[in-house]
Amino acid sequence: MLRAASLAVFLSLLWLLLSGYFTEPLLLGLGVASVLFVVFIAYRMQVFDPEGHPVHLILRALVYWPWLLKEIVLANIDVAKAIVSSPMAIAPTVFTVTGSQRSELGRVIYANSITLTPGTVTIDLVDDKLTVHALTPAGLEGVKSGVMDRRIAWLEGGS
Amino acid sequence: MALLADVISWALILAGGALSLIGGLGLLRLPDVFARMHGASIIDTLGLGLILVGLMFQAGFTLITVKLILILLFVFYTSPTTTHALARACLYGGVEPEAARKDRARKDVEGEPPSSP
Repeated sequence: MLRAASLAVFLSLLWLLLSGYFTEPLLLGLGVASVLFVVFIAYRMQVFDPEGHPVHLILRALVYWPWLLKEIVLANIDVAKAIVSSPMAIAPTVFTVTGSQRSELGRVIYANSITLTPGTVTIDLVDDKLTVHALTPAGLEGVKSGVMDRRIAWLEGGS
Repeated sequence: MALLADVISWALILAGGALSLIGGLGLLRLPDVFARMHGASIIDTLGLGLILVGLMFQAGFTLITVKLILILLFVFYTSPTTTHALARACLYGGVEPEAARKDRARKDVEGEPPSSP
């Protein structure tokens, strides 16, 4: 029930910000109706669990996102340098790492964070084994050091 | 003040454009499909990000900025998913990463048993 309320709040905010209508009663009423309809559909589709609407992660995500953003910027510079240098300073490798996250959601966040960071792409995810393709030595070291793995284990509720 | 915002905005847009160019160069220069994905991921993280932040400086504190932030957020959520889908499709479609092939070739030379059948 609490999760339904939170989904409704998020959808309402999204509707308000996208439409920009704050005063017209008819349009606001239609907005409320569509929000309630979407919450009902989400309930019927059973996508209404901690996986479909992971609002419980939001506080820790506010700590994780800035760190991820910093990593993305550093990785961008690394890969951009590797591409423009002549000959290209690349050393493609394929390796496997183990995710220490307890939930499937945590492992998906880990795999997606690796892919989002330039220079490393998760090409396969089976149980807790991630197959990663890295372009540069820095990308390889970045994933193997396990810093991101620990941060996401913390994000999903670890200490 | 408007001039300062313009200068910052143009610097960001030009930096984003330059990174997108480098990403495009990477798409052409890198050796195989898996390596090329890294070039593409420059474009849809910092390339796109810098251009959108530059545009936010043009828009100021308006609903347009909110929409630009939402675009950024949605791309950051969806682009790793599509990249992963592409990589997995290549892998299961029989495209072997060049790195893995070289690795196997080296093991064959050194006489180690192959790790996978």
